[in-house]
Amino acid sequence: MSGPFRLDEGGRIDRERPVAFRFDGRDLQGLAGDTLASALLANGVHQVATGIRYGRPRGILSAGPEEPNALVQIEKPFPEPMLTATTVELADGLEAVGLPGQGRLSPDPDPARYDAVHAHCDVLVVGAGPAGLSAALAAARGGARVVVADADTEFGGGLLGSGEMLDHAPAMEWVERARAELARRTEVRLLPRTTVTGHYDANYLVAVENRGDDAFTRQRTWHIRAHEVVLATGAHERPLVFADNDRPGTMLAGAARTYLHRYAVLPGRRAVVFTTDDGAYTAALDLCGAGVEIAAVVDARPEPPPFWAKRCAEQGIPVRAGHAVVGTSGEEHVTGASIAAFDPDTGALGPEEHHDCDLLLVSGGWNPAVHLYSQARGPLAYDEAAGAFLPSGSVPGVHPAGAAAGLRTTAQCLSSGAVAGVQAASRLGLEASAAPRPETDPHPVPKGRPLWLVPDPEAGAPGRQFVDLARDATVADIDKAVGAGLTSVEHIKRFTTIGTGHDQGRTSGTVSSGIIAGLLGADLSEVGTTTFRAPYSPVSFAALAGRERGELYDPVRVTAMHDWHVERGAPFENVGQWKRPWYYPRPGEDMEAAVLRECRAVRTGVGMQDVSTLGKIDVQGPDAAAFLDLVYTNMMSTLKLGRIRYGLMCTADGMVFDDGTVMRTGENRYLATTTSGGAAGVLEHLEDWLQTEWPHLRVHLTSVTEQWATIALAGPRSREVLERACTGIDLDNADFPFMSWRHGTIAGRRARVCRISFSGELAFEVNVPWWHGRQVWEALYAAGEPFGITPYGTETMHVLRAEKGFPIVGQDTDGTVTPQDLGMGWAVSKKKADFIGSRSFSRPDNTRTDRKQLVGLIPAAGEGVLPEGTQIVGTRVLPEPPVPMLGHVTSSYRSATLGTPFALALVKGGRDRIGQTVYGHVGDRLVPVEITDPVFYDKEGARRDG
Amino acid sequence: MMLIPCPWCGPRNETEFHYGGQADVACPGDPHAVSDAEWAGFLFFRDNPKGVFTERWMHRSGCRRWFTVRRDTATNEIHDAGAHEDEERTVTV
Repeated sequence: MSGPFRLDEGGRIDRERPVAFRFDGRDLQGLAGDTLASALLANGVHQVATGIRYGRPRGILSAGPEEPNALVQIEKPFPEPMLTATTVELADGLEAVGLPGQGRLSPDPDPARYDAVHAHCDVLVVGAGPAGLSAALAAARGGARVVVADADTEFGGGLLGSGEMLDHAPAMEWVERARAELARRTEVRLLPRTTVTGHYDANYLVAVENRGDDAFTRQRTWHIRAHEVVLATGAHERPLVFADNDRPGTMLAGAARTYLHRYAVLPGRRAVVFTTDDGAYTAALDLCGAGVEIAAVVDARPEPPPFWAKRCAEQGIPVRAGHAVVGTSGEEHVTGASIAAFDPDTGALGPEEHHDCDLLLVSGGWNPAVHLYSQARGPLAYDEAAGAFLPSGSVPGVHPAGAAAGLRTTAQCLSSGAVAGVQAASRLGLEASAAPRPETDPHPVPKGRPLWLVPDPEAGAPGRQFVDLARDATVADIDKAVGAGLTSVEHIKRFTTIGTGHDQGRTSGTVSSGIIAGLLGADLSEVGTTTFRAPYSPVSFAALAGRERGELYDPVRVTAMHDWHVERGAPFENVGQWKRPWYYPRPGEDMEAAVLRECRAVRTGVGMQDVSTLGKIDVQGPDAAAFLDLVYTNMMSTLKLGRIRYGLMCTADGMVFDDGTVMRTGENRYLATTTSGGAAGVLEHLEDWLQTEWPHLRVHLTSVTEQWATIALAGPRSREVLERACTGIDLDNADFPFMSWRHGTIAGRRARVCRISFSGELAFEVNVPWWHGRQVWEALYAAGEPFGITPYGTETMHVLRAEKGFPIVGQDTDGTVTPQDLGMGWAVSKKKADFIGSRSFSRPDNTRTDRKQLVGLIPAAGEGVLPEGTQIVGTRVLPEPPVPMLGHVTSSYRSATLGTPFALALVKGGRDRIGQTVYGHVGDRLVPVEITDPVFYDKEGARRDG
Repeated sequence: MMLIPCPWCGPRNETEFHYGGQADVACPGDPHAVSDAEWAGFLFFRDNPKGVFTERWMHRSGCRRWFTVRRDTATNEIHDAGAHEDEERTVTV
């Protein structure tokens, strides 16, 4: 036996497979095919959780993903927060606890796999109820490639829990035939357990498939691009708002029917049914037939529906039309309901009478699940007859069908689904026709009359008419919002938090709009609904991330010599996606000591650095020189073969964009280098101008960053190292001058050796094909050992270049800095007719004398290194805010060479302030600093030739 | 996720593309011949319509070609090139 409330027969559970589970510390038993909610109800457990604000006991309201109450935390097999008991499949060993509104993340890493699948189809059918299956059959028979996605474990939608007949047999037999036919078709893909969570531009839909804890991948995110989409997403029943309408044992009428038919569970023994809609009568009759005593059907409408009233009379069920439930009793479980005569037009209530019950069924009508339609920018309109917001207008390629389109009977759903399937196929140019519709139960189309609020008979009672059970928001909260002058549903949503819970207000949205309309005296069609946004139901971050976690989230780029750096224990600095060695600590050294040692080695001996990450762009074509003249601020066309020139690039507004060197490698061929982080952006910038402004230039651009490994040798003894390692180049200054390049051979490899210096010292850069990088690196290292060659990282490189006042684009500039601001007017050609940025240098804003300019800073004696970003002010004492800011520190280091900390800074009118003392705002202190020339070391450039 | 028609590669997902703002903003032929105000107009001023907008896209993860798209900024609907069909493309072939 799987619980005292389980019927002996019926249902779609497997009675041969008992399932042991644990809830709130109690060992219980259910059956395969149960949800956690149905298994709890079978055991008579109604209270699952407590409300988030008031801590009131909360039960199970629904039988699906619209559940606002029954939030659980799964503890085993893997901790997962905030799932709804109504959608958790029962599994052996499952352990769960009820939640007071909020869950907790597991501190352990999730051991499961998650993945993504991309799919394209002609027709995506969302929902596999009668409408969705009919649509899928019609489209598939017409030859369309169809995907059917349904959130439930089984296809059937509403038919799973309705106990209906189709063609004089249980409806699920028709469902099984339809599913089997679709499964046989090779162009159809069936996705059960798959919730479509978002409907985006051009019919791009995202769905999450739950494959279970035993599957190879636990969840898969489907990215589906569909030509046509049939939205057969069903409808959600609305609860009613009355005093104490939140007690466990209060349940949507349709949900009770589902627990009976699908799970063979009686949600109670004696029920009061409170409705404003004909649909609830079916639930009353079905439950009555299963042995539940129906104390009364309380219908707020003055006249009960004759067809259903007669059926109730036949079964001896009392029907109390013109009445409403006005209150309830019980704590952990409802024990009774008070009913009173009720005039829906005036809200007047008669005297109360009490009915004992352990189940209170409610039905306020149905909301079509229009979420995806609305996400796809489908317009919604309030339909007075349906008492709900329905899809209106049209969205090309999107076909709402069945209950999602506001239809009520199975017959209507079957027909509208088939029509949608045929329409979708015909838009694809396929001929499809609907098969004959199966015969349905001869019930009249249910009607309803919306009732948004039953007054609290105790006027002034504390808020207990719950509108949003997930947020514990009440009519009193809405009243307060409207009283504060809010009139928009969007504002009231934010004020009351209605609709912001895990369920996104599925059961509360329209109800709150109705109550707002009533309070404002406005028309519901004008009040409208809040915006439906993706995701339709909560999605775990793990599912969204899929395999794109850790290293696969953002690719890591490493150089040919990376492993050597790792072996030397170098920590790495992230530069874009690159890993660059930061420094190479010796045993016992911290970063500061290592960097001072590395700097000293380069200034006095020789160091080597892996600079392979510099961006490299091969520029080829008859117009390459003309092109380079247009994109660099300085003249490139005069560069001779074998020579190298520093180049500065600006954007059209005259701001420094990137810098690097250009070497002429052939008659019509150049190699341009970029900053490590800027390579992709520079290529894009160059391609943009080449394609859209100068399409007549015959130039090709190719990224060759990863084709060349580059090794910098820097320091007064670098030439001696190269003399030992390199053949084929005469290395003396006359034959191999600064800013030129030669071909040589190192370790048997052809190498392009450049005389370039980023430290001010005599220096070389050796370029070899990437795959020879490590071999050549090691050969150079071995050749340098007699001179104490010292590998150095990015930090030392930064210090050395800053001592020379060389700015780093992106560190000392921020897109608002011109070449003139950097003191690099020398790199701006006066001869060229035009180049990118040229016109902007004479803009009034770029000629202001108070622009921020690059200067050096030396902190007063005894002060430490200024933090980068330090704000510079002109006064010894901070004035009242707003404090006039002069600028900020862009680079700041300790210097072995200078014997003092130093910095580069952008300071207003900085070059005219050289020699002045200003103040850096560090913590609570103002540190005096002297403004200096940005070149701190070897101003005359005497060291570059060794 | 918009479906953007690359003239060379066909319709592809939006994530393959890079957006380039308003199309047909030509750089003045001789920048030094225009006033500061006209130059600022080229640098900084762009239309921002609600509705159909003619704009530049680049197929970054594909052919890396710039091309022109007419897109409704309110609905993301992509319109036919329309009047632009006969005009010279802003890209090299």
